Amino acid sequence: MGAISKHGPWALVGALGAAALAIVATERGESVNALWIVVAAICVYVIAYRYYSLFIADKVMRLDPKRETPAVRHNDGLDYVPTNKTVLFGHHFAAIAGAGPLVGPVLAAQMGYLPGLLWILAGVVFAGAVQDFIVLFVSMRRDGRSLGELIRAELGTVPGVIALIGTFLIMIILLAVLALIVVKALAGSPWGTFTVMATIPIAILMGVYSRYIRPGKIGEVSILGFVLLMLAIVYGGSVAEHPTWGPAFTYTGTQLCWMLIGYGFVASILPVWLLLAPRDYLSTFLKIGTIVGLALGIAVVAPHLQMPAMTKFVDGTGPVWSGQLFPFLFITIACGAVSGFHSLISSGTTPKLIANEADARMIGYGGMLMESFVAVMALVSACVIDPGVYFTMNSPAALLGTSPETAAAAVTKLGFAITPDAITAAAKDVGETTIISRAGGAPTLAVGMAHIISSAIGGKAMMAFWYHFAILFEALFILTAVDAGTRACRFMVQDLVGLAVPAFKDTTSWAANIVATALCVSAWGYFLYQGVTDPLGGINTLWPLFGISNQMLAAVALTLCTVVIFKMKRERYAFVTIIPTVWLCICTLTAGWQKIFHADPRIGFLSHADRYSTALAEGKVLPPAKNVEQMSQIIFNDRIDAALAVVFVGLVVSIAVFGVIACIRAFRTDRWTALESDARAVPAE
Amino acid sequence: MAVSSQNLRERWQTLTKCVCDGARLMVGQGDYEAYASHIRKTHPDQAPMTELEFFRNRENARFGVGNRNGFRCC
Repeated sequence: MGAISKHGPWALVGALGAAALAIVATERGESVNALWIVVAAICVYVIAYRYYSLFIADKVMRLDPKRETPAVRHNDGLDYVPTNKTVLFGHHFAAIAGAGPLVGPVLAAQMGYLPGLLWILAGVVFAGAVQDFIVLFVSMRRDGRSLGELIRAELGTVPGVIALIGTFLIMIILLAVLALIVVKALAGSPWGTFTVMATIPIAILMGVYSRYIRPGKIGEVSILGFVLLMLAIVYGGSVAEHPTWGPAFTYTGTQLCWMLIGYGFVASILPVWLLLAPRDYLSTFLKIGTIVGLALGIAVVAPHLQMPAMTKFVDGTGPVWSGQLFPFLFITIACGAVSGFHSLISSGTTPKLIANEADARMIGYGGMLMESFVAVMALVSACVIDPGVYFTMNSPAALLGTSPETAAAAVTKLGFAITPDAITAAAKDVGETTIISRAGGAPTLAVGMAHIISSAIGGKAMMAFWYHFAILFEALFILTAVDAGTRACRFMVQDLVGLAVPAFKDTTSWAANIVATALCVSAWGYFLYQGVTDPLGGINTLWPLFGISNQMLAAVALTLCTVVIFKMKRERYAFVTIIPTVWLCICTLTAGWQKIFHADPRIGFLSHADRYSTALAEGKVLPPAKNVEQMSQIIFNDRIDAALAVVFVGLVVSIAVFGVIACIRAFRTDRWTALESDARAVPAE
Repeated sequence: MAVSSQNLRERWQTLTKCVCDGARLMVGQGDYEAYASHIRKTHPDQAPMTELEFFRNRENARFGVGNRNGFRCC
């Protein structure tokens, strides 16, 4: 009787989830309502949270609500503060949610909605949320130390340095790919470019306001900024149509690329209060607001999915990105299923703010489930638009040409019928001149969101507004990430170079700052430029590299978790982290190997380089290169990309080896060897 | 009736405080009152930073020198 009343309601939730998944997976020929996907996802999350996260909390970690957390022990009112569980959940979620879960699922939609959905759900339950939760636990038991410090302490100095270098490379690739998304969304779009550029004076105005006029009034200044942003979107439509201003805000990808590089350099050496902090308010609040709005929109509109459950592109011939379902789907959707980046957040500010150990379950595991739900909504948004439009927007110009006629013919040939008129109409609906080859995820997501939200508010007349709203919202937090990321990279470079040249460490020195910033900006700028000029759209090259690096960091973080579990002598539960670690290693190593050595030049960097060097030796020039120099540049780029993939593969392998050695050593020892801070009970009030 | 409306108002105030604290913490601004009362209690000899100093301190801690916590991606 007790068991029924205890588990009965959960069994019903499970049955509902299973039924919803069955509907989503088996419906053929008729379009499925997106709500079934939402219901299936929520049921999976509820069951996973109730049972699996409880199992991890009770058996693997043995969370102790009576034990002092770093926030209680080191309380200083600043960095270490016992914080309300709900407030901290919001903080943690805002810190982990970004562009990643919005872009990956959109790109993965080329295989249909089912493969992506299943990986998002399985990935988050067994890998992503587990990683976030256990890293949070490990850091919380060690005074809130960072991932690098934790790896150094538990695995050794060498693995610690390896992980640091890996983190730096990920940042570079990440910044390049994020900037590329902005370039792809804004190229040839005066409306979008105007609104995004308008955010700079708006943010500076906000910065001055909150520095000199009303310091500390975040709410006030954010509302002011929000109103100005909305005006910029509305006014942007007229700017785009203006005979002088329209062309003045129309730029090519290459021009935007240089502007972004210049922006990244200047923005990251300005004082934080002037541009970065105020724009951070806007991007954070807009992000949370838009996510809530999208969820409400899907619930109210209950759109039908136009994309099939599975397309023929699971065989690896898709136009959006190349490679078969295994391993590339698992690389394409990183954030939303499992994201190594979160291990940096879970070992950042959050562990220093937890009031009670028991809260870690909701914040670590629950926070990641929430992010996964954002990924599911992004997938839904990409799948509610006409597949013909989807492939028109996401296939490379090399395949589609640039006119609606050639694009319609090419997409129809892919198997998704669309007319040139439909392409022109779709562009007109969102207030753009063209939607052809707008790869990168953001524009597609914006069309999907505009489709959903305009069905709820404003109808077709408002579609262009919502499209540019969505573009702005993504560009805003990408620019914030570019700015903050370049700063973080600069500090890393200063730390690293400072080992050799101590004067370089001085962060108040302008010379050191400028040199380090220039180094970082040129590193990501190089990959950005390479992506912008890539005839296959750049995303094709950079997104898999980003996915591999992000999953690699997750494998590293999960290896750390496994080692800690062994050192706590709880190895019978180590499967909790070993299974996702092994899976991520298989995916990243296979994908890395294929990106380097695959015989298909669309996938393998080296075979692509070979094709060009063979042609070069014969004195031929292959498009998109226009001369011998560009040919050599393409070959050089390919080799750099291949080298980077080699480094990532080497990183995973070496950390895995160090991890196995540490586990064996801990297994042979007959006692606890993990290095936690001493357990102290919470003092009685 | 008076009791329940009082109760309701308290709940509403708790809720708005929670939302405001949450929103401020999302951009790296902790609770000033908690900080000030902590300093008064544990270091009665020290004067806590003013609200403005606290604001600037937290702003720098989020993005400033030697700190990588302001960075996020996904």
